[in-house]
Amino acid sequence: MIERLPYLWPEVVLFITTCIVMVLALSKTYSMRKLTAGVAGLGVFVSGIVAVLHTPAAHEITNINGQQLLPSLAPYAKTLIAGVGLLLLLLLVGTVDRGEEAAIAAGKRKYDPLRSNRAEFYAFYLFSLTGLMLCAGADDLIWLFLALELTSLPTYIMVSISTARNRSREAGVKYFFLGAMGAAVFLYGFALIYGGTGSTNLNEIARHFELNGGPNNIAMAGLIISILGMGFKIAAVPMHFYTPDVYEGAAPQVSAFLAFVPKTAGFIAILLLCATVGWGADGHHLPQELRVVLWVTAALTMTVGNVLAILQNNVKRILAYSSIAHSGYMLVGVIAGPGNAAQGGSTFSDNGISAVLFYLMAYGIMNLGAFGVLAALERKPGPDGEPREIETVNDLRGLCSTHPLLGWTMVLCALSLLGFPPLLGFFGKLPLFTSAISAGEIVLVIVLGINSAIAAFYYLRLAFAPKLENPDTSLEPAMVSPYKSRQLAGLIAAVAVVLLGVGGYWLLGPVMKETTKAGAYRGKEPPATAQAK
Amino acid sequence: MLIALILIPLAFAALVIVAPAKQARNISLVGTLIALAVAVIAMFPSRFNWQLGGDFQYESTLSWLPELGLKFSVGVDSVAIMLVALTALLGPICVLASTTAITQRLKTYYAWLLVLQAAVTGVFVARDLILFYTCFEFTLIPMFVLISLYGSTNRKKAAIKFFLYTFTGSIIALAGFVYVGWQYANAHNGAWTFDIATLQHVSSGLAPRIQAWVMLAMLAGFAVKVPLFPVHTWLPLAHTEAPTAGSVILAGVLLKLGTYAIYRFVLPFTPAAVMEYAPAIGVLCIIGIIYGGLICWVQKDVKKLVAYSSVAHLGFCILGMFALNNVGITGSVMYMLNHGLSTGALFLLIGMVYERYHTRSMSELGGLAAKMPVWATFMVFFTMASVGLPGLNGFVSEFLCLLGAFQASSAWGSSTGVTATGELAPGLWGSEGPQLAATLGNLGPWFAAIAGIGMIIAAIYLLYMVGKVVWGPLVEPAGHGHHSSHGAEDNHEATLPTDLNAREIGILIPLAVLCLVLGVYPKPMLNALQPSIDQTVSIINTAAPVKAAVHPAMEAHGQEAGR
Repeated sequence: MIERLPYLWPEVVLFITTCIVMVLALSKTYSMRKLTAGVAGLGVFVSGIVAVLHTPAAHEITNINGQQLLPSLAPYAKTLIAGVGLLLLLLLVGTVDRGEEAAIAAGKRKYDPLRSNRAEFYAFYLFSLTGLMLCAGADDLIWLFLALELTSLPTYIMVSISTARNRSREAGVKYFFLGAMGAAVFLYGFALIYGGTGSTNLNEIARHFELNGGPNNIAMAGLIISILGMGFKIAAVPMHFYTPDVYEGAAPQVSAFLAFVPKTAGFIAILLLCATVGWGADGHHLPQELRVVLWVTAALTMTVGNVLAILQNNVKRILAYSSIAHSGYMLVGVIAGPGNAAQGGSTFSDNGISAVLFYLMAYGIMNLGAFGVLAALERKPGPDGEPREIETVNDLRGLCSTHPLLGWTMVLCALSLLGFPPLLGFFGKLPLFTSAISAGEIVLVIVLGINSAIAAFYYLRLAFAPKLENPDTSLEPAMVSPYKSRQLAGLIAAVAVVLLGVGGYWLLGPVMKETTKAGAYRGKEPPATAQAK
Repeated sequence: MLIALILIPLAFAALVIVAPAKQARNISLVGTLIALAVAVIAMFPSRFNWQLGGDFQYESTLSWLPELGLKFSVGVDSVAIMLVALTALLGPICVLASTTAITQRLKTYYAWLLVLQAAVTGVFVARDLILFYTCFEFTLIPMFVLISLYGSTNRKKAAIKFFLYTFTGSIIALAGFVYVGWQYANAHNGAWTFDIATLQHVSSGLAPRIQAWVMLAMLAGFAVKVPLFPVHTWLPLAHTEAPTAGSVILAGVLLKLGTYAIYRFVLPFTPAAVMEYAPAIGVLCIIGIIYGGLICWVQKDVKKLVAYSSVAHLGFCILGMFALNNVGITGSVMYMLNHGLSTGALFLLIGMVYERYHTRSMSELGGLAAKMPVWATFMVFFTMASVGLPGLNGFVSEFLCLLGAFQASSAWGSSTGVTATGELAPGLWGSEGPQLAATLGNLGPWFAAIAGIGMIIAAIYLLYMVGKVVWGPLVEPAGHGHHSSHGAEDNHEATLPTDLNAREIGILIPLAVLCLVLGVYPKPMLNALQPSIDQTVSIINTAAPVKAAVHPAMEAHGQEAGR
């Protein structure tokens, strides 16, 4: 256990911060409690710094079973998680206790520590990020399962307490039950993998597959079932049904959290599971059964997501279906696989794993911007003391003239989600294209292309309602939320979406280099052992 | 130089946004004029080597995303620089044409107009596929904004249809590009590139069956933009709903993006497939020509008529392109320029009438020559240019396109023993004329003959329109007299005289002069385009040589030589 510590420092920092936040937030004085968000942010920031600075070289990340399957995944993923996590925190500020704190400020009520949800909310936020980071370093099925649950369990509660409305509670319950089912499914899959290979250690499983010429039926069934179960986390068909309802019920900032954190966890887990069987000699071909399952899932996921998004009028539901569709896009990268370094693969363009990791970053940023606009806008408080949200596309009309910064954030992020060049989303999609074509998945690329075109229907509405239409005068005009940090988060996302694309050489280039490293796949046992024999 | 041509409009667009709205037009006029001056300077023989017009000049390359093999690289050959110049010429014309038509949201309008110019220029100068794709897609947004904010009644639907059609097609084209890129990477140890020249070599060496797929993917993107039958349905709607300047740009340069892309990518990238499938494309072109023409015939709306006439005209353009021989391609490239000039001018003229009468319906307009003699003169002139009256530019290109299609069969070449392509064209326009290669192509006399019917239909509907609107008894919209008597209430009408004013004449004259010059003396232009076209033809010739053209005697000789 102790030999794993060197590469768990970011998680340790996060965990310590979580403890501090819980203690702070349970203190009796109101002023102390107000510090929680800041402390949480500091903790995430420090853990990000630790993840960057304390990046062990690939050969150092070993355990008793040799090098990890995706040796450089963890440092990249942890840096990414900390970065997007910080932006998410900017959005999440002020989610809970709005009505309560307003009442205190107005002097209507005295501060009552028992009524505050602050401690739970920020602690759960940190717990979830910790779980996510742990996922990235997982080398064992049990570890992976625990990390996935640590990621997900806090989010159920975050959804429930995100607003004071019943809708959120309903969303929380729905999310929890379906989440529990998803967990049961992939746990069942894990059990079958153990049954088929006799080990829970990913390296040993990989070695078992290697020695026996691939997974036996039980292990293959286990892999397929666990990946289908993971579909819940990434909102892939057929486990996507909860997504629109939950995203709609939760506060937009929490929906943004859901669209990034569990999705990233799910994709990391899927990548790790696929890495045990490997992508064949040329690094582009999963075993046929697995490939077919992923292929069908990917095609269905993007199509269902995009087609149903067209029918929506509620912005959060549109973004929820778009989140489904984007999972489908990323699955294409999983199918494409890492390529084979010996055959000249594993450059950024060939490597589907890098493409997925890069897309997670791109999606995290641009999606956060879109949700950020929703989070930064609100209407006058309803009877429960909480401000009402803006809901439909109509509410966004004319946003560029009423709130230019937010309006343009929405325009840019929607176009980027559409994959419009030269914005970030396009450079996210391009490696998916290139890696999938490298793997010979031409039909899938066509499906991906057609889906990107279908997506234009609804992203155009999001992009052009703020810019080209006049405000709907029949609606009560929206105000900017008093939590300016939300606007800031949206703005950072919008600027990143443009700058990263246009200033590619200086900004995106280095990121892509890191992503290429992170997507490297260990493949067969390193030649060192062969020489030793 | 080329980067300046992209950056100048962008810089002035930024200036338009910060400056007061009143100055928006003037700023953008200055910007477009500077861009025009730069484009003209770039065309000086002392700077641009026209003899080597097939090579790319003014090349410059910046690193963009090396991890993906992306470069920001630009360069022009003689065809591209002509189209850049056309874009730059239409820039100030569009700005001037919008002076009275656009009265609201001036900043947005002129800023997007300039951005559009930058994006279009980017398409023509790009030497990297992804840069090309980026600019190609980016033209959609300004056009979308122009149509949906400043268009007429049905503008939203038109804008969305326009966007979706083009966007869908070009994503599939991107898949084709990436596939070619992968072919390169596969052979080069995973090093990706999107450099056009490099990929051209890779792609033209692929097996014909694979080329066919690549061609299909690319055509999915570009045929929509051209537009080729049956994916043309967005065009009439977009044209009718767009503001005048939008229509001018749409007809003048945006449609050329499709034809240029076919010239630049489809032909040299997939020469074997193009040769094989040319008849199929030719049939689509002919359907477009005839069908577009017949639809024009029954149009009641003048603008819609001209819009559908674009479908027919671009059918000729693509037919000439897929003749695949020197004559046809020359005609096709000329067509791109000519169509931009004459149809652009027709849209301007219709816009001018619309500003005065607020209608485009042919039943409400008639005999305008009595009221607007200057307008009528220009209208007749540009209609003739568009019909293809000998002596005006339309004739040259249409004739060459048809001639190319006519000769484009190996059967023709072998049976007559004439490298006929070379004979006719110089005879008409000078002793030297274009140096033309052996007859290439896979179309034939039938294609030209049937397409020729389209020319007649074009003459019928355009002349019918002119006869109705320009000549005949004077008909004016019912409310018009009433309007002009209270002209002071209406802003435009107060400022517009009955006939054209100096500004309007000023923007039409350069177009008219070019139509005339290119019609009477096209030789310099043909010569200038030749080197680039020669290269394309030679690529096709290498990949898919004329099969039956070898004379039996020649063959025997060749065998002897072989021994």
